[in-house]
Amino acid sequence: MTIASERLPVPAHGARRRAPLAAFLDRESVFSWLMMAVPLAFLAALVGYPFFYGILLSLQDRPVAHAGTFVGLKNFVTNLHDAVFWQVTVNTFIYTGVATLLKMVGGLGLALAMNQHFRMKNLVRALLLLPFIVPTVLSTVAWLWMLDPAFSVVNRLLVVLGWPKPGPSWLGNPTLAMVSIIMINTWRGLPFYGITLLAGLQTVPSELYDAAAIDGAGGWHRFRFITLPLLRPIILIVTLFSVIFTFADFQLVYVLTHGGPQNATQLFATYAFDIAMGAGQLGLGASVALAMLPALALLIVALTIYLRRE
Amino acid sequence: MVTGHGRFDHAVRVWLPVGFFLVVALFPFYWMAITSIKPNSELYNKNVMPLIVHAPTLKHYIDLLTKSSFLTWTWNTMLVSVVATAISLILGTMLAYPLARMRFAGASLIAMTIAAIYLVPQPLLFIPLADVINRLDLGNTLTSVILTYPTMLVPFCAWLLLGYFKTVPKELEEAARIDGASRVQTMWMIFLPLCTPGFISAGIFAFTLSQNEFLYALIFLTKTSVRTVPVGVISELIRGDVFYWGQLMAGALLGSIPVALIYSFFVEHYVAGLTAGSVKG
Repeated sequence: MTIASERLPVPAHGARRRAPLAAFLDRESVFSWLMMAVPLAFLAALVGYPFFYGILLSLQDRPVAHAGTFVGLKNFVTNLHDAVFWQVTVNTFIYTGVATLLKMVGGLGLALAMNQHFRMKNLVRALLLLPFIVPTVLSTVAWLWMLDPAFSVVNRLLVVLGWPKPGPSWLGNPTLAMVSIIMINTWRGLPFYGITLLAGLQTVPSELYDAAAIDGAGGWHRFRFITLPLLRPIILIVTLFSVIFTFADFQLVYVLTHGGPQNATQLFATYAFDIAMGAGQLGLGASVALAMLPALALLIVALTIYLRRE
Repeated sequence: MVTGHGRFDHAVRVWLPVGFFLVVALFPFYWMAITSIKPNSELYNKNVMPLIVHAPTLKHYIDLLTKSSFLTWTWNTMLVSVVATAISLILGTMLAYPLARMRFAGASLIAMTIAAIYLVPQPLLFIPLADVINRLDLGNTLTSVILTYPTMLVPFCAWLLLGYFKTVPKELEEAARIDGASRVQTMWMIFLPLCTPGFISAGIFAFTLSQNEFLYALIFLTKTSVRTVPVGVISELIRGDVFYWGQLMAGALLGSIPVALIYSFFVEHYVAGLTAGSVKG
């Protein structure tokens, strides 16, 4: 560090005795609130206000470009009687649950595989993160092409391996469409788990493993009783993060299936989009989006408290 | 001590799983790349071995750059990403510095609020925001996304910077204060220059997220001239029954390059930022 030896660019006229205003502004609380005022006002205007305005919208019959009329909880009642809404709910939970599980298990596998000594490790790590950093929409377009009904490269490989022609209809069959979006979400999110857990693994002191080896613990026991407990906090945080953003996923489904076929891959976000932007029912759309709130609020509160405690 | 058997064993233990993950992670990009340089006669012929290119061509790239508005979209995306990132770093610093260094009533409440806002996903807000943008008459302007991207980037930058700021030793600032520097001078001249790595991390993330953003851009930008790359590619290059995959893949590849380039230069910062929240604690 060369910083300490550099001369500090500080005015030499030590103004110990400050004017009253300067002294006031110098108080920690005054300085802090003044500095935070602009960003807080910005967030209040463009996050806080829309949030509460969204709740208000959900209580209105509000066609786009028309004034809204207050209808109470009618939109929410409409949702409860809407079979698609319930399908969307089930879809979202399946999508989030299965994708999260796959990412967790696969990410742990990736981290364990990467936590060995080998050449070009940094290059490999950089390459493995590519699915996570490349704009989702653009990589999903590549998947759309890879699963194309007529020219799917995946199917051509499957046929070579002995699958009967023409191979599965990935995006045309409701179940397979759900499988597809789950697999692609996993493909995209798994590196995030893997690299984060790898960083966690690297903090596990090797003495612990040495001691366990001396005590005769096998590979599985070392994993089960040393690695896993020490990784638990990281696994928890990564999982909560990933659950929140998988639960509210939009881009991947919008590009790949538009929620189809027959709403089989419709999630809360895409359904709300269809109702609000497609059918122009802002009020009803807002009520669908808000249906995410209870689950999201639970997750967000849990994660916020956990992050603060750290 | 490494015997032939040990080396083989090592190779299997390392490269079998790592190789598997690499192939799965990279194949779609390989497929993107070779599709973009295949002539249509190869792309849509089921009798040609698909995994290699037989007669490479740049036709799709030329079409993309001359017949679509891809260059305009790229310019828009860059402009929006750079401005939104700059705004977010400045506002994020204005939140993170007091939270990291000052003691005042309400600090922990503010910190928790920022963390919570950071976790609010866009789909919860896009419908009311669309109405707000309409009423402000900002539809189809780049201002609409320059204003809304920071709603997710400011809390994010604030949170990441807050973690970084806390790791910077306080001694220099205390010395400056004793020498009579005001709080602003101390922050501006002493503290912030020490935090360059933190700004690089936060900046890369904010830039990457801006390039990746889709929902707000899709809703607010419906004219070709103001679209960003993801929205332009999805809305204008996918054209029903016409064969367009070569151009589409060329667009997807070119659209990924800015992020990939920046990432390749700063990969260590990126990984550090990625794991900062969970590992450093």
